[in-house]
Amino acid sequence: MAAAAALHVPAGTLGHFDYQASPATREANWLRWTLLTLSLAFFAFFLLLPLVAVFVEALRKGWGTYLTALTDPDALSAIRLTLLAAAISVPLNLVFGIAAAWAIAKFEFRGKQFLITLIDLPFSVSPVIAGLVWVLIFGAQGWVGPWAAEHDLKVIFAVPGIVLATIFVTFPFVARELIPLMEAQGREEEEAAIVLGATGWQAFWRVTLPNVKWGLLYGVILCNARAMGEFGAVSVVSGHIRGLTNTLPLHVEILYNEYNFAAAFAVASILALLALVTLAIKTFIEYQHARAMAASTE
Amino acid sequence: MPPRHPIRILAATLVLAVGLSSLGHATESTLLNVSYDVSRELYKDIHPTFVAHWKAKTGESLTINQSHGGSSKQAMSVAAGLEADVITMNQSPDIDILVERGGLVAADWRKRLPHDASPYTTTSVFLVRKGNPKQIRDWSDLARPGLAVIVPNPKTSGNGRFTYLAAWGYALQRVGAGGTAADAAAREFVSKLLANVPVLDGGGRGATTTFTQRGVGDVLVTFENEAVLIGKEVGEGKFDIVYPSVSIDAPAPVAVVDKVVEKRGTRKQAQAYLEFLFTPEGQEIIARHYFRPRDPAVLKKYAARFPAIRTFSVDGLLGGWKAVQQAHFADGGIYDQIIVRK
Amino acid sequence: MSATLFKRRFHVLPGFHLALGYTIGYLSLIVLIPLSAVLLKTMTLTFEQFWTIVSAPRVVASFKLSFGAALIAAAINAVFGLMLAWCLVRYSFPGKKLIDALVDLPFALPTAVAGIALTALYAPNGWIGSILEPHGIKVAFTPTGVLVALIFIGLPFVVRTVQPILEDLETELEEAAASLGAQRWQTFRLVLLPILTPALLTGFALAFARAVGESGSVIFIAGNMPMVSEIAPLMIITKLEQYDYRGATAIALAMLVLSFALLLAINALQGWKASQRTRNPGRKS
Repeated sequence: MAAAAALHVPAGTLGHFDYQASPATREANWLRWTLLTLSLAFFAFFLLLPLVAVFVEALRKGWGTYLTALTDPDALSAIRLTLLAAAISVPLNLVFGIAAAWAIAKFEFRGKQFLITLIDLPFSVSPVIAGLVWVLIFGAQGWVGPWAAEHDLKVIFAVPGIVLATIFVTFPFVARELIPLMEAQGREEEEAAIVLGATGWQAFWRVTLPNVKWGLLYGVILCNARAMGEFGAVSVVSGHIRGLTNTLPLHVEILYNEYNFAAAFAVASILALLALVTLAIKTFIEYQHARAMAASTE
Repeated sequence: MPPRHPIRILAATLVLAVGLSSLGHATESTLLNVSYDVSRELYKDIHPTFVAHWKAKTGESLTINQSHGGSSKQAMSVAAGLEADVITMNQSPDIDILVERGGLVAADWRKRLPHDASPYTTTSVFLVRKGNPKQIRDWSDLARPGLAVIVPNPKTSGNGRFTYLAAWGYALQRVGAGGTAADAAAREFVSKLLANVPVLDGGGRGATTTFTQRGVGDVLVTFENEAVLIGKEVGEGKFDIVYPSVSIDAPAPVAVVDKVVEKRGTRKQAQAYLEFLFTPEGQEIIARHYFRPRDPAVLKKYAARFPAIRTFSVDGLLGGWKAVQQAHFADGGIYDQIIVRK
Repeated sequence: MSATLFKRRFHVLPGFHLALGYTIGYLSLIVLIPLSAVLLKTMTLTFEQFWTIVSAPRVVASFKLSFGAALIAAAINAVFGLMLAWCLVRYSFPGKKLIDALVDLPFALPTAVAGIALTALYAPNGWIGSILEPHGIKVAFTPTGVLVALIFIGLPFVVRTVQPILEDLETELEEAAASLGAQRWQTFRLVLLPILTPALLTGFALAFARAVGESGSVIFIAGNMPMVSEIAPLMIITKLEQYDYRGATAIALAMLVLSFALLLAINALQGWKASQRTRNPGRKS
């Protein structure tokens, strides 16, 4: 999976290359327009309109309803829980991502593809199963459940269960971002640092990390976005106790089921806004990255 | 990227997590009512009244938490360890499962409260578009070719299960005779009806949304209280309710979860809470939410809301939940056979 | 021990054991051990019981739908994702930066929100649905609806894997091809496409993997009719809601094995293609 979603530098931010100036890389006008129309139409139908729909529905009953929905105590507690779950699971997956990328990108060993596929696995596990596994382990009839109940440790239907489910579904994000990036950078720079007398940690902090920091941040951002938005897995382990164990996506479902569509879309729009802020930060990071790259090549 | 930040953030968030979760342990008593999907508005109204009632009686302040979701899904969460003091469901198999799984509820739960431990009942009715353009009057109309009928999934929702059984019972009664001839007729009728179903939503609320918001279907079969609520909340004057000639009695059972209240020391509160549902005060709130109350006086007071309808029960006509569960809803049962052959 | 086990070249970089050990440890704790719970739960069934569950007509139909729709959605995304990436890299047009940023939306938007929004759009009375309805095209509550949701979920995977490769492409290659008399299409097919294939495959694999397990957005728009528009994750939910843990885990296990095999195959194909490419580099380093 070498060439995976590495951090990309948007064309136009640095050394913009005009592909249409040279006949060798130019397409005929009709072809260019066809391609543009097709891909923009595709984009509009599948990405843009759903986003617009969320905000239109959210504001259908006006700003008053919108703000009431967001300042409802249950909504506020859902926001708090969502942020808490993300704040615990993202750093844990960050540390894992760095370790995995170091082992996979900087060393050769047998079974590497297999290990990478295992890391990808949570992507293809149905979220329902991602929640169910924790019930099978910590549930009343689970492996650890009876022991936990004896010691009055609550895992599922409480915050720890929600965190575990979130960690599971966001597991691959940072690792998948870092592995191709660190592979592309090779290991010469670190090797040079070691030969010059640096310790392993020094080589990592001073050489590797500065090289991959933007990719790392990008992975963290995607990981965080998914952590805040996860629905299926969290739904299984939440217990749905209003004001206590409902995350934002679960709160959306509840409002939707109460025929409170405007409020449901209002809370959904908060999640969409979080998504947009995420994307804005990401774009900003890419821009910074591009500038840093431009500066270093000059 | 600041090197040690991940660890610091991690430490900070762990401290925060521990702090927040310890906030949850207050000194006053709490009760958790784990309930099905469409009862949230009802219990939202019950709680302040009961809390005040309990405070006046014992001086103890009480907090009641609510958890709502698909009935069976909720029962499963309780079986897996969700610490519910009381469960309030819409079909008794979802309480029986807690008797079977880990003995959370005592086997005689039906005997411990009046009316087989169900404080109210409801029934399956039809919701049609304004003016009833397709002239839907009774169950037999739902099997007419070309009609689109919206019902929730009988496998995953109590609402859908009652709809299915109501149609089955109607067909049985129409034939009149018992035995295999009636069963065959019922199966044919229900097959025709299910062939008219274009969407099977997971729960009652999903089916409502499909019918009302998405404009799919000519008729929605759902509980009476839902049908009235839709008329009020979702589209005033856009729908009519049709009462069929006969329908199913759908009582909503409640029970104290014995193992949990023993562990948490909340039996007193939990028992009082459920008993409150049967008091005139509780019954009044129930009636206001369009569930049919058990108390004859309250029922009489709200008679205008509840047109008389002939009903049959699962125990009376269909041989009880155990038999129904085995014959119809088990994997490979009659429901599966019908739906696969479609 | 691991030196012989992994046949590792001599290496000056430290931390291999620590990093790999931590990776495998954390992977086991979070992913492998929990998933083995699914396996063990399924093991309480005999093979005949297992087979009866996963070969039931409804389950087979749901597998066909889930895997079929996921493959088709990934293929559509491969085509349009490549096209979109091409436009974003090669052409300049108003709003390009905005579109570039919004491509990641499906990563960030919660699936339930996406499901509700897509259903609102494609339902017979929705903005798009109401245009299609008179032409007899039904999207929501049909298998097409499933496809729409899966396309939404998978699009960024393809765009984001192809885009960086396109940006790094040497224009000299195309110039050389043009000077040798190649048509634009020939250049694309014979020069560019082989270079893009590994990334395209990765994007395809990720989009597919994500789509197979997706349930949050799909259940709103699918209609969930048995044998027609019922996806495999919904079968798992249905089993669970009947307290049938073993049935649910059996279906989950079958899905897991199938998608793992497909992923491994695609990863291997991709690794092979990539190794071909490194021997024959066409990228700026």
